[in-house]
Amino acid sequence: MTTLMKRMGLAALVAGAAAMASPASAADTIKIGSSLAITGPASFLGDPEAKTLELYVKKINEAGGVNGKQLELVVYDDGANANKARTFATRLVEDDGIVAMIGGSSTGATMAMIPVFEDAGIPFISLAGAVVIVDPVKPFVFKTPHTDKMACEKIFEDMKAKGIAKVGMISGTGGFGKSMHGQCLGVAGNYGIEIVADETYGPKDSDMTPQLTNIKSAPGLQAVVNPGFGQGPAIVTRNFKQLGFDVPLYQSHGVASKSFIELAGDAAEGVRLPASALLVAEKLPDSDPQKAVVTGYKAAYEEATGQPVSTFGGHAYDGLMMLVEAMQRAGSEDPQAIRDELEKTSGFMGTAGVVNMSPSDHLGLDLTAFRMLEIRDGDWVLAD
Amino acid sequence: MRALLAHRLAAPVAIALIVVALAFVLPSNFYLRVAALVWISALAVIGLNLLMGFAGQVSLGHAGFFGLGAYAVAVLPAQFSLHPLLALLAGALVCGLIAFVVGRPILRLKGHYLAVATLGFGILIAMAIANESWLTGGPDGMPVSRLTLFGWRVRGASTWYWITGALLVLGAWLAVNLVASPTGRALRALHDSEVAARVAGVDVAHYKLIVFVISAVYASVAGSALALVNGFVTPDSANFIHSIELVTMVVLGGMGSVFGSLVGAAILVVLPQVLTTFHDYEHLLLGLMMMVIMIVLRSGIVPSLAALIRRTRP
Repeated sequence: MTTLMKRMGLAALVAGAAAMASPASAADTIKIGSSLAITGPASFLGDPEAKTLELYVKKINEAGGVNGKQLELVVYDDGANANKARTFATRLVEDDGIVAMIGGSSTGATMAMIPVFEDAGIPFISLAGAVVIVDPVKPFVFKTPHTDKMACEKIFEDMKAKGIAKVGMISGTGGFGKSMHGQCLGVAGNYGIEIVADETYGPKDSDMTPQLTNIKSAPGLQAVVNPGFGQGPAIVTRNFKQLGFDVPLYQSHGVASKSFIELAGDAAEGVRLPASALLVAEKLPDSDPQKAVVTGYKAAYEEATGQPVSTFGGHAYDGLMMLVEAMQRAGSEDPQAIRDELEKTSGFMGTAGVVNMSPSDHLGLDLTAFRMLEIRDGDWVLAD
Repeated sequence: MRALLAHRLAAPVAIALIVVALAFVLPSNFYLRVAALVWISALAVIGLNLLMGFAGQVSLGHAGFFGLGAYAVAVLPAQFSLHPLLALLAGALVCGLIAFVVGRPILRLKGHYLAVATLGFGILIAMAIANESWLTGGPDGMPVSRLTLFGWRVRGASTWYWITGALLVLGAWLAVNLVASPTGRALRALHDSEVAARVAGVDVAHYKLIVFVISAVYASVAGSALALVNGFVTPDSANFIHSIELVTMVVLGGMGSVFGSLVGAAILVVLPQVLTTFHDYEHLLLGLMMMVIMIVLRSGIVPSLAALIRRTRP
């Protein structure tokens, strides 16, 4: 009986193992891997990212591929679970035999996957936000989205220009709000900003009036910043209006989607935020060097999916295009050669801005990549 | 054959043979990693199975202990430069103590009340981990320093395969010995009928508490092992869904079966990897399979099949 049980267990595991084995890859394709949060709580990140990658891999292949070879995209859904992401990363490296990796929608998943790609020596372009991914710099790890630190700096830069020095903060306690809150406190001093009130709210809170009342009573208050995403910032915005503040409200790039304006309604009027140029693609002046890229991506994405464009999909576009250019410059699909060329990326115009990588900077974006936007008549406009 | 099955060391020996045999079959590090994840989950599931299958108590908060164990090996070495192995032991000790303190009032509750109380406890731990970001890195998680043993840096999928496999065998061996002991008999009596057990002179609250503490330590050690294997922890490991996953593994493999714990863990860890080829239908198929298994093999895979074989082969 024991032997029988043993065999059954073994048979089940081996059958599982056999079913997992993927067919051997043809030599004339270039395999690119991706593990994204296509389902689950972070699917608003992973879903547009996956659609963008699939869309553009198809376009690139129709146009003849890269270096005369077709691209092959292998995408797994990690549901933003770090442990799953780690397993898929191992699978992509060991089993699928990829030459480069795009993705990791969330910071947790990205951080869990980094050791796999560092050990294997395969370039990894993350689509997650936090600055810890590229600071300190890891040889094979790159990322495309702006960091939360840059969002803070952009906001404080705008404030400094307006002579604002005393600021109240109300931050979400989710991963995004928490991380950005810490970064803002860290850089506030560089812009002569003093945080005169510091409040938080939970991800499921439905009323932030008490916290905002505390902030309102802070002496000398000149502006309020709200790091966070999801429905929290919309509620903050509505409560902010109800309480009749006479100072400006700054939101973060975390609310850069149409649903924020819908949720906040009239109260969103006059809210300022740093965001990608993608949101105001059509409103950019024709002289803007980024205009062609963002309008092109926006049109292609919206036509293919029938859904409004989001900045998150844009990050995937930037990652894929940077990778393709690096492979073209390298003239090969050797992971080490791709990595070396990725690091030399300069003047690349993506949806997030101009990218200039260097051995000490694997993000390559500067503050000009963020645009300061204002909400007017229920739509985004360039603030300055 | 039946004598073999009845032998109390049947399950740990079978598990040990599987661990050794698979090492020669699995082709790449990816398979070794999936196997190591199975061993780790199975370890936590054996502990939970002691509580559910033998003592008849449901815990919906076991991922809380799993997460505490995981964060013990992440936080203690980082903050107090403690050796990861000592941190693992400290985590197990703390989990045992917490289970003891929390268990005393909770285990007076029965049925749904106990389930709800453990559920609350698990969520509390998950929230604490996600919110105390100065200590735990918050929702984005934190890195775990590499384990070094006698100057040798433990790394690589095959090394971890053997370490986690050995942990599982050890856990299974301890579990079957516990079940065969007088404590185990008291636990089974308790499972069948608390009233009858009490009449027979079993100190019900005492034994419930013992097994709750033991199962918490199993979960903690498994959590520590996962954190060391991954080199990174996130609050996912402590969240409610993970608690449910552990309970599902117990029920699927078979309550009260140590070998069933391995089977349950193997199915829930390996199947999602197999089913990724079906993309959008992945969750549909997983749910369907679980339903079919529970309808056809009502008392879990291993006990049901064992009963079936006993019937057909007199």
